[in-house]
Amino acid sequence: METAYLIETVVKIVAVLLIFSALAGFGTYFERKVLAFMQRRLGPMNVGPYGLLQIAADGIKLFTKEDIVPTGVVSRIFKIAPVITAATAFMAAAAIPFLPSFTMFGYTVNPIVSDINIGILYILGVMGIGLYGPLLGGMASANKYSLISAARGAAVFISYEVITGLSILAPIMMVGSLSLVDFNNYQAGGIGDWIIWSQPVAFVLFWIAAFAETGRTPFHLVANDHEIIDGFGTEYSGMRWGLFFIGEYANMFFISFIIPLLFLGGFGDGTFLGALAFLGKVAFFFFFFLWTRAAWPDVRPDQLMWLCWKVLMPIAVINVVITGFVMMF
Amino acid sequence: MNNEQFNDRNVSENGYYLVDIQDYPTTGWDKFTRVVRRTLRGELFVGLWVVLREMIRFDIHTVKYPEEKMPIGPRYRAVHEMKRLWESDAERCIGCGLCEKICISNCIRMDTKIDANSRKEVTEYSINLGRCIFCGYCAEVCPELAITHGGEYENASDQREHFILYEDMLTPLDKMKAGTQLEFEGFGAITPHEDERVKKTPLAY
Repeated sequence: METAYLIETVVKIVAVLLIFSALAGFGTYFERKVLAFMQRRLGPMNVGPYGLLQIAADGIKLFTKEDIVPTGVVSRIFKIAPVITAATAFMAAAAIPFLPSFTMFGYTVNPIVSDINIGILYILGVMGIGLYGPLLGGMASANKYSLISAARGAAVFISYEVITGLSILAPIMMVGSLSLVDFNNYQAGGIGDWIIWSQPVAFVLFWIAAFAETGRTPFHLVANDHEIIDGFGTEYSGMRWGLFFIGEYANMFFISFIIPLLFLGGFGDGTFLGALAFLGKVAFFFFFFLWTRAAWPDVRPDQLMWLCWKVLMPIAVINVVITGFVMMF
Repeated sequence: MNNEQFNDRNVSENGYYLVDIQDYPTTGWDKFTRVVRRTLRGELFVGLWVVLREMIRFDIHTVKYPEEKMPIGPRYRAVHEMKRLWESDAERCIGCGLCEKICISNCIRMDTKIDANSRKEVTEYSINLGRCIFCGYCAEVCPELAITHGGEYENASDQREHFILYEDMLTPLDKMKAGTQLEFEGFGAITPHEDERVKKTPLAY
């Protein structure tokens, strides 16, 4: 039993790593295509049919590029920073149930690496550690823009992380568990049971914070191309930069899994149809990340901090208090 | 017609109007109401709808360049061409050297000799396209409409000195026989319907 469990876990870990590394690549393809269509362009078209092999071309390019560590950087920290981003993004995936459990060759598979009882807390914590990637990379880079990016990263982080924690608190109070599987089972009864109907404010707040968490466009301050070049990634090249990239896109996918699990019923009762609906919801949230990038402008760092501290945090606190009162009486 | 309407610089009476800009809020309550108003106006969703509409409409404006090319105007000044006479298929160039003289970037060099018919003949003619700025003076100054600009803009070279020779520019004979030589319509060329506008030289007086 012990050996079977070990093998199963290792297989799951490898599967998650491989699938989401590949999905990160496909994510860039989808992003380019969606942005191009929204801007009346065609996007990548020349490598493979409809540009599908562009991912392979990019991958080969990233892997074979010269690994440059510039003079003046703190080389050890410079080298470890991208690994932190990518590793924490994938570590967060350990507590996410990607699909309902299914039976394959008479063996029941739970598509979650480990259903720990502090699931959502673990995920938020590990994603929070992911901040150290841009922070350390930016500070070690010996580059003004990278330093600004690192400072922005830290300032933005303490702003949105408060919102994430407080907005998720009210649903946690309702469910009474931190495990995402419990969250899913709480909403298994159908659309009427979804937490979004009882916690719409928390849903919107968490969604907004997710944009800051992943550093996507309305809050794309840490690597804002037109202000600070590529921010913390300015001095990086080759696969080190690619690790930042994979981490960022993997983060987007995992957040897209977490939001439906928390608020939109997840995979419901675990049937095949429920799993399909879950993947549809995930696809919508991932698409929304790309959609906003085409539609919305970026805000300034001070505007984001104003928004987080003066607007969203009071709303989140009020939401928690009201939820508490409603549950008490 | 008088110039009065052009000289009138008083913009306020000519349909111009100031854009209605609201005063900046001063009190905290005003700031608060402005934030709430902007939040609930839903302008973010207008932006989302616009880009989604464009995506669904799929009205792609991309020109896939090497396969597709945009049509260029007949007056476009690309790599030079040497035309032939329509009547005799002979070369139009009379070797006068005006193009060499007027060329402001000194990229045209030519050499001539008197041939067997006592006609001036071009022996060497080269344009250094690396120096040429495609100003069009040579085509403009040419009295015979011999040197003109063509539409071939895809010229890459692995060195700066990219020469084009007389033989390369000259309209090939088979093209000439097929009657497909294109006249340049740029500055200095014959204007359309020139034949109808020709008048007899008044020698009577």
